[in-house]
Amino acid sequence: MTTISGYNFAYLDEQTKRMIRRALLKAVAIPGHQIPFGSREMPLPYGWGTGGIQITAAILGAADVLKVIDQGADDTTNAVSIRRFFAKTAGVATTTRTDAATVIQTRHRIPEAPLTANQILVYQVPQPEPLVKLEPSRAETRRMHALAEYGAMHVRLYEDITRFGQVAISYDYPVMVNDRYLMAPSPIPAFDNPKLHQMPALQLFGAGREKRIYAIPPYTNVRSLDFEDHPFRAGRAPHACGLCGSDTSYLDEVVVDNEGGRLFVCSDTDYCETRRDAGHAGDAA
Amino acid sequence: MTDDTLLSARGLNLRFGPVPALVDVAVDLWPGEVLAIVGESGSGKTTLLNVLSGRLRPDDGVVWYRDPAGKLHDVHAMPAPKLRALHRSDWGFVQQDPRAALRMGVSAGGNVGERLMAQGLRHYGNIREQAIDWLRQVEIDAARVDDMPRTFSGGMLQRLQIARTLVTHPRLVFMDEPTGGLDVSVQARLLDLIRSLVARLNIAAVLVTHDLAVARLLAHRIVVMQRGVVVEAGLTDQVLDDPQHAYTQLLVSSVLQA
Repeated sequence: MTTISGYNFAYLDEQTKRMIRRALLKAVAIPGHQIPFGSREMPLPYGWGTGGIQITAAILGAADVLKVIDQGADDTTNAVSIRRFFAKTAGVATTTRTDAATVIQTRHRIPEAPLTANQILVYQVPQPEPLVKLEPSRAETRRMHALAEYGAMHVRLYEDITRFGQVAISYDYPVMVNDRYLMAPSPIPAFDNPKLHQMPALQLFGAGREKRIYAIPPYTNVRSLDFEDHPFRAGRAPHACGLCGSDTSYLDEVVVDNEGGRLFVCSDTDYCETRRDAGHAGDAA
Repeated sequence: MTDDTLLSARGLNLRFGPVPALVDVAVDLWPGEVLAIVGESGSGKTTLLNVLSGRLRPDDGVVWYRDPAGKLHDVHAMPAPKLRALHRSDWGFVQQDPRAALRMGVSAGGNVGERLMAQGLRHYGNIREQAIDWLRQVEIDAARVDDMPRTFSGGMLQRLQIARTLVTHPRLVFMDEPTGGLDVSVQARLLDLIRSLVARLNIAAVLVTHDLAVARLLAHRIVVMQRGVVVEAGLTDQVLDDPQHAYTQLLVSSVLQA
């Protein structure tokens, strides 16, 4: 794809990138702590990944290979547009293959394939504050973070167990980072939470509308909140992928006809294709 | 101040603009003792309570608190994390309006368990067990542990707030008009409950009230305030039966005899 002229490399001007990189350095230095930054207007609406796209723009180099996923898929509107955006404004190579990418911008998923120390995972975050539903005042939540007063979060888990017999948070499941800061892992399924723990890749989180950046450095302890007698468990639909037959990947449920027909497929399209290319096949293939 | 004084305040002064809220107030509290602060509206009772509990900083004066190890702490010189930790564990605060203190969208058990979870308890079964035990102690049916506070009556809400406060076994409880806004029969039952709990658990309490009957029933000692000044202090019976200061005499004589 040809790059367009009239814009700086990767759209943002160098001063803005520098400002974002300063925030990123602080975020990496204090794992899980939210750093304010001067979020810019981007040529896409809030909620579509303005935070993630600014981080990607700030860290992208000419030699990088970019992959963008939305709900695990490489071929949805959001993923395709952001990938094309950087192909046009930065001229970087893009890919849909997890193992070939150096920077992966993601919304709602962590790829199934294990990431390596040479990769950076950039999350799009709608709501960076994990305590927001318990405490509406930002001044107070900042104080709670400063004093590590996270008892109220456990009240929420207690209520879930009381009402439903289990913790009913299925996505954006709160985690403790490095045994210090409570963090919202963005709306990834709780299924992906264990992958945050001791991940070799650098993980960066950007919230554009809320103007916050935070990070998990490589090989950091990340623990999902739970009770001793109700340990955290990662939920998954009890099926095998209809296309590739995987019974360990996270599945999407797709309605296929008007007779109530359902198809369960891997939400990670690259993982599913790689398995099918290797000869695996599911019931619906 | 003696060697075992739990809480001790000296020379407290606080002005809200031209209004003197506290004028050179001194108060002592010993373990297991209930101290009532009485006076009319605007006399500085609640201000004194807030200053004693570290919620409000005085212009002048000092509040000492002795921790279980016997060490004295200047409440207003304490770092914020330590003071907040004290409020979560050793101290308790019972407000007049339970709706402001409770989490109305969280079940009764969750409300009682919150302080335990804030202290780091992470065993659901144990937290629930303790919550049920405390509901029994404040005479709420254990079957209501999963009910929302909005389904509770005013008296039950106040008892729930007391259970939530006492669950961590505080040594010192601050109470701001705990029986205010309740009808007389509910008040009597609540007073009876507070009296027995405080005696059984050996809790010291500072109690703010405008109701002399409440003070007589609960308090060992009494402090009478008028326009920010402590005009009279002493044993409850002594002050109420033989008031010396003109203002105390007025207060005592203005109580309706049923």
